[in-house]
Amino acid sequence: MSSLALRDNEQSGLMARWSRSRHRWSDVLFRRLTACFALSILILLVWMLITLALNARQALARFGWGFLWGRTWDPVREQFGALPFVYGTIVSSTLALCIAVPLSLGVAIFLSEHAPRGWENVVAFLVDTLAAIPSVIYGLWGIFILSPALRNYIEPWLASTFGFLPLFQGPPYGIGMLAGGIILAIMVLPIITAVSRDVLQAVPNTQREAALSLGATRWETTRVVLAHARAGLTGAVILGLGRAIGETMAVTMVIGNRPEISYSLFDPSYTIASVIANEFNEATYELYVQALIELGLILFLVTLIVNAVARLLVWSVTRRTREVQRV
Amino acid sequence: MMTKAKLAMPVNLLEKSTAEPMKRPALDSKVTIEQLNFFYGPVQVLFDISLTMPSRRVTAFIGPSGCGKSTLLRTLNRMNDIIPHARLQGRVKIDGTDIYQTGMDVVRLRQRVGMIFQKSNPFPRSIFENVAYGLRINQLVRSRRELDERVEQALQQAALWDEVKDRLKESAFGLSGGQQQRLCIARALAIRPDVILMDEPASALDPIATQKIEELIVRLKEEYTVVIVTHNMQQAARVSDHTAFFWMGRLIEFDPTEKMFTKPAHQMTEDYITGRFG
Repeated sequence: MSSLALRDNEQSGLMARWSRSRHRWSDVLFRRLTACFALSILILLVWMLITLALNARQALARFGWGFLWGRTWDPVREQFGALPFVYGTIVSSTLALCIAVPLSLGVAIFLSEHAPRGWENVVAFLVDTLAAIPSVIYGLWGIFILSPALRNYIEPWLASTFGFLPLFQGPPYGIGMLAGGIILAIMVLPIITAVSRDVLQAVPNTQREAALSLGATRWETTRVVLAHARAGLTGAVILGLGRAIGETMAVTMVIGNRPEISYSLFDPSYTIASVIANEFNEATYELYVQALIELGLILFLVTLIVNAVARLLVWSVTRRTREVQRV
Repeated sequence: MMTKAKLAMPVNLLEKSTAEPMKRPALDSKVTIEQLNFFYGPVQVLFDISLTMPSRRVTAFIGPSGCGKSTLLRTLNRMNDIIPHARLQGRVKIDGTDIYQTGMDVVRLRQRVGMIFQKSNPFPRSIFENVAYGLRINQLVRSRRELDERVEQALQQAALWDEVKDRLKESAFGLSGGQQQRLCIARALAIRPDVILMDEPASALDPIATQKIEELIVRLKEEYTVVIVTHNMQQAARVSDHTAFFWMGRLIEFDPTEKMFTKPAHQMTEDYITGRFG
C-alpha cells in the first residue's frame, strides 16, 4: 500500500518534471523573442545617434562646443551657431506649456469630475478631434486668423497693459514667438487633456467618497483627487512637452523664422525643427548640411534629456506612493 | 423629546415591540426615515421604508446582498447624491430636520454624519495628516496645539494611538488593514460628528482586527449614534441594540436585537437568521 503510494508519487513527480521542462522550452523561446524586440528599439536609438554624429562629424570637429553657444547663423560666411534655435525651441515649448497646461488640466478635471454624462462624451470627442487636424491646417489658421488678431488687438493690448515687462515690448508683428507658442499650445492641448483625464478617472472612487464624507466641498474633493494623480499628471505634461519640442510645420508657418534671440515674445524667432525643415533642401555645400544635421543631433539629445528628466520625476513620485501601498 | 423610542414597524406585524433596555431608558430619536422610496433610474430599490433610530445606540441593518441596506445607509448622509439618475422620495430627518429639504447644506450635513466604508480608504498622506484632514478643511481648529490635541484624541478614541504615536509622520499605507480601518474611524471621529454610518466596516478584515473594530463600535455608542450595515449576523447580534432586517428593498422587521435573534416576529427574519436563505 505504502510502496504503491510511493510509486504513484514518483510517477507524478516525473510527469511534473517532464511537463515543466517542456514549458521551460517554450518559455525560454518566448522570452528570447521578446527580448529581441525590446533590444531592437535600443539598437534603433543608438543607430540613429551614431548616424547623426557621423554625418555631422566635420561640423562637430570644426565648431566643437562653440556650436552650442554660437549666436550667428550665416551660411554665406560659413558661420553656424545653434543658440538662437535652441533658445527658440525651449522658449516656444515652455510658452506653449504655460498656456496649455492650466487649460488642459481644467478641461480634464471638468470631464472626469464635474461634467454631466452627456457633456462628457461630446467635449471629449471635440478635444480628440483637435488632435486629428493636420499641422499644416493649424499653420494656415495661424497665418490667416491668429496672427492678424495678435497684431491688431492682442499684442497692442499686452504692450499697453504689461509693457513694463521686457516680454511684451517692441512692435507687434503678429508673426513671432507668441504666435508660435499659442499654436503649439493648441496642438499639445488634446494629448495633455486626454492623458490627464485617463489618469484622473483611474483615481479610485473611494478617495472621493472619503473626502466627501468628511465634509469636503467639490473643490476640496478635486484637490484630493489631484494629489492622488500627481505622478500621472506630470507624465501627461511631459508627453505634451515632447510633442511641442518636435513640432515643425505649424510653428514654421507662424514663428517668423529669424535666428535671433530676443526677450520680447512679439519678435520673430526660429526653432530647431523649423530650420532643418526649411533649409535642408537649400543647403548648398557640405558643411552647411552637416551643421543642420548637428542641429538634428542637438534636438535628439534635448528630447532624450527631457524624457529622462520626466521619467525620473514620475518615478520619484510614484516610488514613494508605491512603496507604501505594498501593505 | 420622547421617553421611548418610537419604532416604526411594518403594518402586517402582529406583535408590537415596546421592549427597551431597562438600564438606559431615556432615548431620543436621532434619525427618522419616513416613507422612503429610492430609485436608480427606472429601477426602484427601496420601497416605503419607515424607521426611527434612537440616539446613542447601535442600529444594525442586515439582509441578503442587494436588499438595499447600503443604499439606505447612504441616504443618511446624502452620499447617493453623487450617483447619476438616483432619485429619492420621502423624508429623512436628523434631529427633526429634513436633510433633503431644499437649501440643505450637504457639506455641513456630512460633517455631522460621518461615514466608514467597506474598504479602508486612507489618503496617500501621513497618519497625522489623514486624521487632521477633516479638521483642516472644515477649519475646526485655531492653533497647531489644538490640532495636535484633537488628532491625538481621535486616535485614542479609535484605539489606535498606542500603536501609531511614534510614527505619526509615516505614510498611512504602512499600516495593516485593520489599523487602516481604525485610522479611517479616527479620521471620521476627529470632526466630532453626531452620527456615524458604517458600511460593512469589518468585512475585509481578519477575525482579530474585526474583534477590535467591534469593541470600538460598542464603545462609540456612549457618545455617538451608530448605524452599521453588516453581512455578518453574529456581528449584528454582538454589537447592535436594534436590528433592521431588509429583503428585496423592503423593511421586513425592526426590533431590539435581543428580540430579533431570540423570537423574531416574522417568519422571513427567522429563516434568514437561521440560515435557511440569503
